[in-house]
Amino acid sequence: MTDWLSPEEWAAVQLSLKVALAAMGASLLPGIAMAYLLERGHFWGRQALDVLVHLPLVLPPVVVGYALLLGFGRRGPIGAFLAEQFGIVLSFRWTGAALACAIMGFPLLVRAIRLSLETVDRKLEDAAGTLGAHPAWVFLVVTLPLILPGIIAGMVLCFAKAMGEFGATITFVSNIPGETQTIPSAIYTFTQVPGGEGGALRLTLVSVAISVVALWMSEWMARRVRRRFLA
Amino acid sequence: MILDVDLRHRQGAFTLDARFQSEGRLTALFGPSGSGKTTLVNAIGGLLVPDEGRVGVKDRILVDTRRGILVPKHRRRIGYVFQEARLFPHLNVRQNLHFGRWFTPRRERRADVGAIVELLGIGHLLDRWPSSLSGGERQRVAIGRALLADPHLLLMDEPLASLDEGRKGEIYPYIERLRDEGNVPMVLVSHSVPEIARLATTIVVLSDGRVTASGPAPEILRHTRFFPHAGLVEAGALVETRVLRHEEAYGLTVLRAAAGDLTVSRIDLPVGAPVRVRLRARDIILSLAPPEGLSALNVLPGTVTGLEEADGSSVDVTLDCGGDGVVASVTLKSVERLGLKVGLPVQAIIKSVAFDREALGPAQAMNM
Repeated sequence: MTDWLSPEEWAAVQLSLKVALAAMGASLLPGIAMAYLLERGHFWGRQALDVLVHLPLVLPPVVVGYALLLGFGRRGPIGAFLAEQFGIVLSFRWTGAALACAIMGFPLLVRAIRLSLETVDRKLEDAAGTLGAHPAWVFLVVTLPLILPGIIAGMVLCFAKAMGEFGATITFVSNIPGETQTIPSAIYTFTQVPGGEGGALRLTLVSVAISVVALWMSEWMARRVRRRFLA
Repeated sequence: MILDVDLRHRQGAFTLDARFQSEGRLTALFGPSGSGKTTLVNAIGGLLVPDEGRVGVKDRILVDTRRGILVPKHRRRIGYVFQEARLFPHLNVRQNLHFGRWFTPRRERRADVGAIVELLGIGHLLDRWPSSLSGGERQRVAIGRALLADPHLLLMDEPLASLDEGRKGEIYPYIERLRDEGNVPMVLVSHSVPEIARLATTIVVLSDGRVTASGPAPEILRHTRFFPHAGLVEAGALVETRVLRHEEAYGLTVLRAAAGDLTVSRIDLPVGAPVRVRLRARDIILSLAPPEGLSALNVLPGTVTGLEEADGSSVDVTLDCGGDGVVASVTLKSVERLGLKVGLPVQAIIKSVAFDREALGPAQAMNM
């Protein structure tokens, strides 16, 4: 691998995978909770929350990145609090890139889960209730398995979005090789310097390969789940 | 008291105002669609919060709006078999059956898995997935799943409505066995008179959200006026009989009822087996003297115990035939011509003995 990719390119690939997996993993539980809240919840301000969650989908990524910089930057209110209380610094760190990617991918994750939650037959949940299952158990042993295909689809979308995220990342955490330079930022850098075409092309191929493998894996998992339901 | 219900609930233009009590092993909630049967069982099962009222099951108060009691559905211990089986598609039959058991406190797990699986005839399905089962098999699994949660009461909301006649016939015997051998009282929602005639021990008749009659099944079924929607043809008496002998030469079976013998077409049941037959009110002719030169084989002697005008021109005449209540629907004119009055001995000539069609398979309602 490293014979084919330069150390700089290899670092970008590793970092991208790390950032994307972290973004996907960190958004999973909040994503499920948010989808459930938006689909099933009855509370004041649900619509506003819905808009807020979906905002990154329609806003220019650079705007999201700048907003993150304002909020989570060292002098931002949240960033300063995290740095003082917990020593967590996000700006210009790979964790910041993961945060930016998670926020950009979150609406995709929530949408996919919410769509499959919509198709869950509430009557099955009622039936589980009459069999003695507490609502929390109903969610864990009935609802969750039934929306698993949607969760898998959402995770893949979130992962893909994180792999390709550029605008928000570069605005929030810049383009530091080895720390915040993901595949898209590296490709961008390569296209800006003379003789960088080779590196750009290699990273493009790696990008395509990762996407294909991710799609194939999600299809395979979804098919396994479906086969259990319809066997 | 097994079931003590007193509920009021408004849903759009529909108002439920129902009150009844039942001690029956199988209580049928009978009424046309839209009469509030499902609303009522949903309130008992905890799927619906009633505006006002009380629900008590086996002396346990589940709902009492005045005292602010509302037990959530997962703590009611009431099994519910729905119209559609609602099996969990991601669990196989065995896991579906055990679902309720997972949530039953260990010391309260009394249901015998093997016995219930055997009783419902689902042993060969345990490793299958719900999507591969037939409608009848699904309902049997759904009944088993509800029973294995050790419910105090089993609600069945038209569990057979989505099945064709053949499949219904496949399930009735299991429900009968549960009624007779099981220890879980049942509530069955139905709009089919043959179905409740075959299965019910207690009947609650609902109409427009109100209880119009309730009581032991034989008593309720005797009165044609409780079944205005079903039409006169459906009313009749239930008589418990046993197979006395088979007359193979004629292809006949003789059944013994309290008042006498009934001869019917050969049925495939062993001698001594119990058979519940229904004598429909319109199939009975009354005669003052024992008939002679008549092709009918079935004549039961009895005494008139009541006369009740059903509608304009017809009268329900109730007879006591050796302890069994039999009802005949005759015209007002006949009542006057024969001078029918309470205490008069008469002969009930039975034109046909109806087995509930589902009881013995198709084409068993025959003329003798």
